Amino acid sequence: MAKLNVNGKTVDINAEGDMPLLWVLREQLGLTGTKYGCGIAQCGACSVHIDGEVQRSCSIPIRSLKSTDKIVTIEGLSADGDHPVQKAWLALDVPQCGYCQSGQIMAAAALLQITPKPTDAAIDAAMTNVCRCGTYQRIRAAVHHAAASNGKQG
Amino acid sequence: MTIMKSTTNVSRRQFLFSTAAAGGGLALGLYAPWLTHALAQTPLGADGSEVGAWVFIRPNDDVMIRIARSEMGQGTLTGLAQLVAEELECDWNKVKTEYPTPGENLARKRIWGDMSTGGSRGIRGSQEYVRKGGAVAREMLIQAAANAWQVPAAECKAASSIITHVPSGRTTTYGKIAGAAAGLEPPTEVKLKEPKDWKIIGKPLLRLDTADKITGKQVYAIDVKLPGMLNASIMDAPVFGAKVKSYDEARAKAMPGVRHVLKVGETAVAVVADSWWQANQALKELNIAWEEGPNNKVSSESIHAFLQDGLDAKDGTFVGNKTGDAHPAIAGAAKKLEAVYFAPFENHFTMEPMNATALVTGDRCEVWGATQNAEGGLAAAAEAAGLSPTQCEFHKLHLGGGFGRRGRQDYTTKAVLIAKQVPGVPIKLIWSREEDMRQCTYRPVGLCKLQAGLDEQGNLVGLHMRVSAPSILASAAPNRLDKDGRDSAAFQGLNPSGAEGRFGYAIPNLLIEHAIRNTHVPVGFWRGVNTNQNAIWLESFIDEIAHAAGKDPLEFRRKLLANSPKHLAVLNAVAERIAWGTAPPSGVHRGIAQFMGYGSYCAGAAEVAVNDGGKLKIQRLVIAIDSGYAVNPQQVAMQTEGSVAFGLGAMLYQECTVKDGRMAQENLDSYQMMLMEDFPKVEAIVMPSGDFWGGVGEPTISVAAPAVLNAVFAATGKRVRSLPLKNTKLT
Repeated sequence: MAKLNVNGKTVDINAEGDMPLLWVLREQLGLTGTKYGCGIAQCGACSVHIDGEVQRSCSIPIRSLKSTDKIVTIEGLSADGDHPVQKAWLALDVPQCGYCQSGQIMAAAALLQITPKPTDAAIDAAMTNVCRCGTYQRIRAAVHHAAASNGKQG
Repeated sequence: MTIMKSTTNVSRRQFLFSTAAAGGGLALGLYAPWLTHALAQTPLGADGSEVGAWVFIRPNDDVMIRIARSEMGQGTLTGLAQLVAEELECDWNKVKTEYPTPGENLARKRIWGDMSTGGSRGIRGSQEYVRKGGAVAREMLIQAAANAWQVPAAECKAASSIITHVPSGRTTTYGKIAGAAAGLEPPTEVKLKEPKDWKIIGKPLLRLDTADKITGKQVYAIDVKLPGMLNASIMDAPVFGAKVKSYDEARAKAMPGVRHVLKVGETAVAVVADSWWQANQALKELNIAWEEGPNNKVSSESIHAFLQDGLDAKDGTFVGNKTGDAHPAIAGAAKKLEAVYFAPFENHFTMEPMNATALVTGDRCEVWGATQNAEGGLAAAAEAAGLSPTQCEFHKLHLGGGFGRRGRQDYTTKAVLIAKQVPGVPIKLIWSREEDMRQCTYRPVGLCKLQAGLDEQGNLVGLHMRVSAPSILASAAPNRLDKDGRDSAAFQGLNPSGAEGRFGYAIPNLLIEHAIRNTHVPVGFWRGVNTNQNAIWLESFIDEIAHAAGKDPLEFRRKLLANSPKHLAVLNAVAERIAWGTAPPSGVHRGIAQFMGYGSYCAGAAEVAVNDGGKLKIQRLVIAIDSGYAVNPQQVAMQTEGSVAFGLGAMLYQECTVKDGRMAQENLDSYQMMLMEDFPKVEAIVMPSGDFWGGVGEPTISVAAPAVLNAVFAATGKRVRSLPLKNTKLT
C-alpha cells in the first residue's frame, strides 16, 4: 500500500511498485483524462504535473513517488475547466479527436508557469506532444492566447 | 400537407432504456458512459419526444440531433448537426447530439441509413437525407401547433425553436409541442431550403464536442469502465499469416493480478488481468512460438523486387485512364523523360490504440468500442460471438483518431473472442502500442514508373503512368473490386471523370495503369488513401516535365488545365496567395501542386529553405480547397491544417519496413511523428464554389507533400523520388 497525493487529496494505492503512475491514475483512481498513447514517454498523451513540472506518467513507476509529491492531472488542473489554457483551447476550438489534448494542455500550463510569455520557439521546444490530427497551429495560437489573457494560473 | 395520422411513436427514451436493460447493461446498474449524450446529460426519466428519426426534443427545448456517422476528430458531428438544425429551424444554442446504436438501426430497418464513416463521405454521403430529417421534424412541429390552435399549418412559421401563428401572433416552443408532434405521421415529401436561405449551414460555428475534451471528461472507448471488468492484452502473430505453435503460461499465470491466459483463434494469445498493465507485463513472459511458414522470408527488399516486376509486366494490370496511344507518342517524341518513384508502407498511428470492451452473457453480446463503422462492429461482434446481430449491441464512443484504421473491426472480433471465454465478465482489450503497430492494415507500399514525351516546342504529347502496388480493395473489401479484379480505388484523382478524382490535365496521349501486386502484408484505407501516392507521383513528375520543357511549373500546369476550370481555380488561388512569379525571400524556394479527390478540388503551394547542412525547413504552406459547399468553413480550415501533418509526416520521416516477414517498427522510437517544431505555417483557403458536395477530411493531404517536394527541388536541384525524404541527403 502506497500513499499518493493526487489533485490535492491523499489516496491509498494498492499496486506493485513498478506499476506506472498512468495505470494507477486510470484504473485505480478513475482519472481517465490522462491517456495511454505509446508507453515509452514519447507521445506525451499521459502528461501530468508533479510538483508543477510536466512529466510523462506512463514511465514513472509509483515506487519512485513520495506521498508528498503533488500530482495534478487534467481533472485537477482547474475546478471548472476554467484554467486560462483550457479557456484558450475552448475559444480557439483547438481539439479535433481530442485524445492528446489533456497532455497538450498539461504541457502548455506547465510552460506558462515558467515562461508566462513564450515565443514560438519556446513553445516549439516545450510542446513535444504528438497530435496525430495535426492541431499544432491552433495549439500554438492558443498558448499565445492563454499567455495574453493570464500567463499564470489565477 | 396531408393530415397526419395520430399514431404514437415509441419514444426514444423507452427504446434505449429497454434495449440497454435487455442487454444486462442498466439491469446491472452499470455506469453508462456509452450513452454519451441524451441519457448522460439529463437524469433518467426526464422525458422528451422523438420527432421524426433524427430529432429528439426535451420539454426544456433542448434538441438532440442523432448522428449516425462517427466523430473521430474530423468535425462531422458538428457539420451534420448544422445540416439538420438548418432545416429544423431550431435554436443552435440548444443543440446537442447523440449516437443511435447499430442495434437500434437494425431494429428500425436502418432508419438512419449507412453508419460507416470513411472516404470523406460523412457529410456528402448523407447531407440530403439528414436535411430532410430536420425538415420533417419542423413540419411535424408546425403541424402539431396548428392542430392545437385549430389553424392551417400554412399560417404558421418556425424560427429559432419557436412556432408563431402569423395572423394572431400566438407562439409556442418546440419543447412544449414536441410531445404532440411525436404522435403525428411524418410527412413523406418535404422541400429543402435553397442554399441562399441557409443561416446555419456555411457558418464557422464552434464545434459541439470541445468542452469535455479539455477537461478530461470525454469518454473514449479506452476509458470505459464496467463493474467487475477485467483487462486484457494480446499478441497476434507478428508474421502476417502465422499461427500460434506453443506458449508457456506458467510464469505468466504466477504474476500479480493475472486471471487467465487464453488462446484467441489460431493466431493470438491474450492475458486477462485485474490491471491492463499487469496483463501486458505477463504477456511478455509467454515465450510464444509461432508456425511462421514461408512468409518469414519476406523483406522490404523482396517486396521491392516483386513490385519492380509489376512496372513492366503484362499480367495483372488494369487501366484507369486512357486517351490516344501513349506508347508510340512517347517513343516518337522529340524529348523523352522517365522516372520511378517509391512510397513505403505506413501506419495510421491513431493516438488511441485499438481497443474494445466486450461482455458475452448467454445468448447476448455487447461491445463498447470506437469504430468508423458501427454496423460493421455489430456484425463482427455477432460473428465472433456466434450469435445473430439481433442478440448483440455495439455502443459507439468517441474515437481517439480513426484515419481509416477503425473501419476494420479486427479489435472488436478479438475482444469478443476473449470475452466469450470468460462469460459474464466484461473484458476490456487494449492493444499495446507495439501490437497496434504490428497489426495495422497498412497504407500500401508502391512503385510508380512515369514516362513522358515532349515535342520540339516543349508541349506534352504523351504520358504513361504505371503503378505497381498492392490493392487495398483486394485486402480490405474484395466485394468492391470490379468483376475483372480491377481496383477502382487505385485510380483516385486519375480518373477520366467522376467525383472520386478527375484527372484534370488534357494530354493527347495518356495511359494510366495499375499492376496489382499483393503481398502478405494486409493493406487498408489510410487517410487520403491512394490520392496521397498518386498526387506525389503525378505532381512531382509534372514538375519534372515542366522543368525539362523549360517552362514555369505553374504556367505549364495552367495550360494543361485550361479545360478544367475548378482544378485551375484552386491552383490560381494558391499561386496568387504565395505570390508565385515574384522573387521569394532570400534562401526561400517555392513549389506548387494540385489534385482532385473525394469530390473536392485542392491545390498547395509551399515555401521551404534548405541550409548548407541539408536540413529542410518547411516555412509556409498555402492550401486551397473547393468542396462545393462548406458546411462549416472553420472546420474545413482545421481539416486542411491538420491534414498537412498527416501528409508531411509520412513524406518526411515515416516508413514501415518489413524484416523476416514482420513490421520492423513497433513504436515512436522508430516511427517519427511530425511535431510542433516542424509544423509549417499553414494558410487554408476555403473557397466553396457551390452546386456540389465534396469531401473534406482527406483530399487536401494529397497536395501538401508534392508541393513541398517540388519546392525542395527548386531549393536543391534534387528530385526526391524515394520516400520518406529522410533517406535522401539534401546536400
